[in-house]
Amino acid sequence: MTAVQSPQTVPADVAGPGPGERAGKISMVTLTRVELRKLADTRSGFWMLVVIGLAGAATAAIMLLAAPGEEQAFQPLLAFALLPASVLLPVLGILSMTSEWSQRTALTTFTLVPERGRVILAKLLACVLIAVAATVAAAALSAVANLIAIGIGGDGSWHLTADQAGRLLLNQVVFVLMGTAFGALLMNSPLAIVLFFAIPTAWTVLSSLVKWLATAAEWIDINMTSTPLSQPDMSAGEWARLAVSAAVWILLPLVAGTVRVLRREVN
Amino acid sequence: MISVDHLSKRYGAHPAVNDVSFTCGPGTVTGFLGPNGAGKSTTMRMICGLTAPTSGTATIDGRPYQRLANPGRRIGVLLDASAQHAGRTGREILTLAAMTQGLDRRRVDESLDRVGLNNTAAKRRVKAYSLGMRQRLGLAYALLGDPGILILDEPANGLDPEGIFWMRGLLRDFADRGGTVLLSSHLLREVEAVADRLVVIGGGRVVAQGDKDELLAASGTVVRALDMAGLDAVLTRAGLTAVTSADGSVVVQADAETIGRAAAQAALVLLELRPAGSGGLEQMFLTLTAGDSVKEAVR
Repeated sequence: MTAVQSPQTVPADVAGPGPGERAGKISMVTLTRVELRKLADTRSGFWMLVVIGLAGAATAAIMLLAAPGEEQAFQPLLAFALLPASVLLPVLGILSMTSEWSQRTALTTFTLVPERGRVILAKLLACVLIAVAATVAAAALSAVANLIAIGIGGDGSWHLTADQAGRLLLNQVVFVLMGTAFGALLMNSPLAIVLFFAIPTAWTVLSSLVKWLATAAEWIDINMTSTPLSQPDMSAGEWARLAVSAAVWILLPLVAGTVRVLRREVN
Repeated sequence: MISVDHLSKRYGAHPAVNDVSFTCGPGTVTGFLGPNGAGKSTTMRMICGLTAPTSGTATIDGRPYQRLANPGRRIGVLLDASAQHAGRTGREILTLAAMTQGLDRRRVDESLDRVGLNNTAAKRRVKAYSLGMRQRLGLAYALLGDPGILILDEPANGLDPEGIFWMRGLLRDFADRGGTVLLSSHLLREVEAVADRLVVIGGGRVVAQGDKDELLAASGTVVRALDMAGLDAVLTRAGLTAVTSADGSVVVQADAETIGRAAAQAALVLLELRPAGSGGLEQMFLTLTAGDSVKEAVR
């Protein structure tokens, strides 16, 4: 080929097509790193993370100032510090899925990675990692708060079993995945956010009014079934109920949402 | 190499793209021409695996787009410059693409330089970009992975005359180095200057395709006579079709000699007899596609 270089165009080393086949398949690690970065590189994502951090610090302050001395221990501090994250991280998960459509970035995302299922998987992994990071950060914060608690005459016990820690983490993961699943299914930020918060509340209200719904709610109301995750102990029956409700609120919308994303025309 | 083979897309009863076939080879710029709603974008989205075709196939170097391991390294795509997260900066958007493709981050700056976006522009959020800047960013995005093929949908939209001139130079240079370019537009004049080949689409169908020079040569002859009614009668008798232009002359699908002889026999005085060139192609383009575009607008 002739290399005609006009001065208006570009330096030779960057211009022009290179050899055809290079670079293998894009790895899952790369895709997950990209999705993690996308969670935090916009104003909404960045401030969401900042607010989660600040709210976590605020919970520690509230506990230290207002809670009775025996509750000023590591486990209750941590459980309370994770509360803001369990409410706000799902929103981050929702936006991770819906913004591809509302901001129309799906067009560029799926031209670089045509296997859409892998992008969804990368988003799920990124959201799980954010939940882990939020839990670790909350643990560090609660440790500091517990030291202060010891100083001001609180209980200050460090008692936290691996089982308790695992369940606190699982609680975060459950809700962030539920958000992501809602986002995948609904593909619309305001709709997904409103339904994410409204449906469980509607359940609670309805089940208090209709008797047979109350029995169903024990198995399906995820706000109710996930409560034991933050308690000191959890029974096998409670695990079963959590599993059932997670299948309804996470697995089902995630499967349906994945089908929708795979089939949807991108424009 | 882009191969499009009997590609069709229906939306309900409406055929958006109907049995479209063409190929784009290395070293060429193919202009993909058609009025708005002719099916250009739908065809391009099908090539890139974003829209599932109703029937037919499209391949990149012999493989469907979805089968490309790391498509950005092989084919650069700009389908809609506005389809970027408004809250990300230009540099961030390119950084994400570089990460995805496994490229050195230095390529981001090289790419920004190449399309003429300076450091200030790169640090700004896309929300604040003009359409012209978005097109430049989109081009940087498409070129980032150093691909051998480019697919660009109306890239000249929003660029100023200088920007259009610059882009032509860039695409010409890209093709002259062995690259393949497919470039869509609804303006013939926009692609005429840079394309080697043309594919004209109207109402979802390919209405003309081939070498640009051949298409321009085959686009008819402009004729003007002192007695236009007499000319019309002569042409009808000779079985030639004539299309009246806005300036009163007619474009006839025949060579100058045939028309000249017919006119001489009828003792008509001709004022003008010349190849229609791009004007003729535009005329043909309008005639072939006008009906569909009107339908599109009313539908």
